[in-house]
Amino acid sequence: MRMEGKAWKFGDNISTDHIAPGRLFHLRSNLPELAKHVLEDADPEFADKVAPGDFVVGGKNFGLGSSREHAPTIIKLAGVSAVLAKSFARIFFRNAVNVGLPVIICDTDQIDAYDELAIDLSKGIIYNKTKSLELRTSPLPKAMIRLLDDGGLAAHVSKHGDLVVDEGE
Amino acid sequence: MALTLAEKILSQRTGREVRAGDTIIAPVDVALGQDGTSPLAVKQLESIGLEKVANPENTVFFIDHAAPSPRKELSNDHKMLREFAEKTGSVLSDVGAGVCHQLIAEDFGAPGQVIIGADSHTCMAGALGAFATGMGSTDVAIGMALGKTWLRVPETIRINITGKLPAGVFAKDIVLHVIGILGADGATYKALEFTGETVAEMPMDDRLTLSNMAVEAGAKAGLIESDSVTKSYLEQNGRGQAFKPLKADEGADYERIIDIDVSNLEPTLAAPHTVDNVRTVGDLQGTAVDQVFIGSCTNGRLSDIAIAASILKGKQVAASVRCRVVPSSRKIFLEAIQAGYIEQLVEAGAVILAPGCGPCVGVHEGILGDGEVSLNTSNRNFQGRLGNPLGCIYLGSPAVAAAAALTGVITDPREVLTNAHGR
Ligand code: SF4
Repeated sequence: MRMEGKAWKFGDNISTDHIAPGRLFHLRSNLPELAKHVLEDADPEFADKVAPGDFVVGGKNFGLGSSREHAPTIIKLAGVSAVLAKSFARIFFRNAVNVGLPVIICDTDQIDAYDELAIDLSKGIIYNKTKSLELRTSPLPKAMIRLLDDGGLAAHVSKHGDLVVDEGE
Repeated sequence: MALTLAEKILSQRTGREVRAGDTIIAPVDVALGQDGTSPLAVKQLESIGLEKVANPENTVFFIDHAAPSPRKELSNDHKMLREFAEKTGSVLSDVGAGVCHQLIAEDFGAPGQVIIGADSHTCMAGALGAFATGMGSTDVAIGMALGKTWLRVPETIRINITGKLPAGVFAKDIVLHVIGILGADGATYKALEFTGETVAEMPMDDRLTLSNMAVEAGAKAGLIESDSVTKSYLEQNGRGQAFKPLKADEGADYERIIDIDVSNLEPTLAAPHTVDNVRTVGDLQGTAVDQVFIGSCTNGRLSDIAIAASILKGKQVAASVRCRVVPSSRKIFLEAIQAGYIEQLVEAGAVILAPGCGPCVGVHEGILGDGEVSLNTSNRNFQGRLGNPLGCIYLGSPAVAAAAALTGVITDPREVLTNAHGR
């Protein structure tokens, strides 16, 4: 899977309150409307300016805080093709995989705002075209690759009629 | 082999010995969602034609985050949850019953269970010796429907707490101190296990506060062994038969052990805008506050309300402060009424709100104005958490919060605590 787009840079500890704030709680059952406010409390202009295919690039501990799955869902709905960060908070990471939003762990210090990126997920390579740099991604756990391949958790269960992520290590 | 508490619970529930790092499919004993996350869970089940629950008596939908509903959109979400619970025979906990995690502790949780919840603070039931963890709506929906979930058995960081807490210093101060040491991502993917003589002597109210905030260091679970305190807590809630003793084995393999002596711990706060931005009360003394919120799953229990009442009794909340007190459950509310705390707090000028999340998540009941400051006993101070990205939140113990309500500024509670609660 190859993806191309521009980087939108955010700092460390971007919380699910930045991504899908509690004051918009009433929009949670109206995801297209909620998506118009995605990441509003971290960058008020992001939702208007992001183009389909662009990337969200964070620092460490991206997505900390509440378990709201609405957070990765509206990032995906806004057209973002993947989130890159040095590290992710656990629940956000799992939710992103479940809703089919690729999450990529890499050294995001090598990416600046608006850099043009091309990502080959199957090879685990990020090409920073603006800087002519190649970055490597850390591989996802096997169970998560299986879920992403199936199109997320609901699709996985639909397809197999059960939860069949590989047990063991 | 010697097992950590996480490994032990998950081994017992899967019927084979599992170790940190293993990927397992575990049975789900209790599954829960709340009104902010369950509507999406229900829609996911509908979308794949799996509108059933495996274990209805232990599948619980809580209406607590926006309760009573402040908007028609949320009223419609609530309607949908009531209908789904009715259709599937699962349990619906409606407006006024209380915060999901408090009610899980009172009515559902028990040692040795696997509990999953579509709410990050599901880890609070770890104080009962349950492997309890927060997940998203789809994970919990599938867990509800199939009665199982997949997990990676976590490595464990042991937090060994010793020493006698000084007067005016509480479990909240300990856990904020721990998060300051670990950092907001210091325990990501791991379990915390709270051990040591201080924990052994702690009442369940305080243990729940420790486990509640494990997720603020990124942890998957915040576990405490089950003992006589656990047993009497279950008995008080009419569920003594659910008790079983559980503890980690001697010589279990911990990723890290952190020893903390609390005998000289100061009242501790988290300053805006991250929970690991930890300071002692001395560093922040004199900071003006506009609002105080005493409540939430972290600190809205009877002992918390008792401390606040002991500070505010016979006095007045500062004219510049709005003080909100929210009991975590109906049972706690009734007990606080019977003990006279509610009357004392109302006389002092506090506003009492229906058991539930109250203003904690910024939906209603205490949204900040631009530039305003709130001092909360809850667990998160992220930017925007109280409904306005231009507001600021400090986190502290109920004693710190009540002291600020009294004086209008962040104040060392030891200056205003006069009675037994000062220990
Ligand atoms: S009280 Fe606050 S932290 Fe606890 S469940 Fe409710 S919103 Fe979440």
